[in-house]
Amino acid sequence: MTIREMSEKLSLEIACEGDDLEREVTKVYCCDLLSIVMGRAPADSAWVTVMGNINAVAVAVLCDVSCIVVAEHMECDAQMLQKAETQGVTVLKSQQPIYETAAAIGQLL
Amino acid sequence: MDILKLEYDVPGDDFTRAGEASSGLKKALKKIGVNPASIRKAAIAMYEGEINMVIHAGGGKATVEVGPEGILIKLVDQGPGIPDISLAMKEGWSTAPDTVRNLGFGAGMGLPNMKKYSDDMQIDSTVGVGTTVTMRIAI
Repeated sequence: MTIREMSEKLSLEIACEGDDLEREVTKVYCCDLLSIVMGRAPADSAWVTVMGNINAVAVAVLCDVSCIVVAEHMECDAQMLQKAETQGVTVLKSQQPIYETAAAIGQLL
Repeated sequence: MDILKLEYDVPGDDFTRAGEASSGLKKALKKIGVNPASIRKAAIAMYEGEINMVIHAGGGKATVEVGPEGILIKLVDQGPGIPDISLAMKEGWSTAPDTVRNLGFGAGMGLPNMKKYSDDMQIDSTVGVGTTVTMRIAI
């Protein structure tokens, strides 16, 4: 499944398009503690978090996740979106809680 | 593979620039053909080191050398130093303030992650003088 397909099926808002909406999503991963995320998030996963700050983008780049999904209707700050733009990272937003968001992605995989 | 030498200034108390050294390192290693697993390990170890210097030490310097022995990362700061290194190495032990925790850091995973993702790590620290962390990642 591509990021575009996932965002359309789950009505996720595209906060930052990133380099490639056609990139594949092969797994889903949830965590908010960045030190844990950077060690454990699988590459090519959709990372579901409440962290809408610039450091989430740096961690997403390190882990090579497919995209960040900011859940719980949390805000993404301007610095985050600017960094995501320059680094080519896709950032999606979900109105749903983390579990529901991740479970819905998981069902599509 | 080429020999590579890199140097980065890590600014203190500036979370917006934390990650520049590790993402720069990641790109440079990719360019010279280092295997992806070693790149990931080096980038994570470097990022944790950067964050530690930002949070605790008012910034510092990072140097990287890539050669036959692997990726050698040296992080040098003139921060307050670590009074008890074995305690600092414990997963979950953290002296980071709440403001830092709210950003998703300060979980007490920094130094343990650096050890986990490097093949050798050495910490030299003197209270009131600073800390030098040396890591080697095999390639």
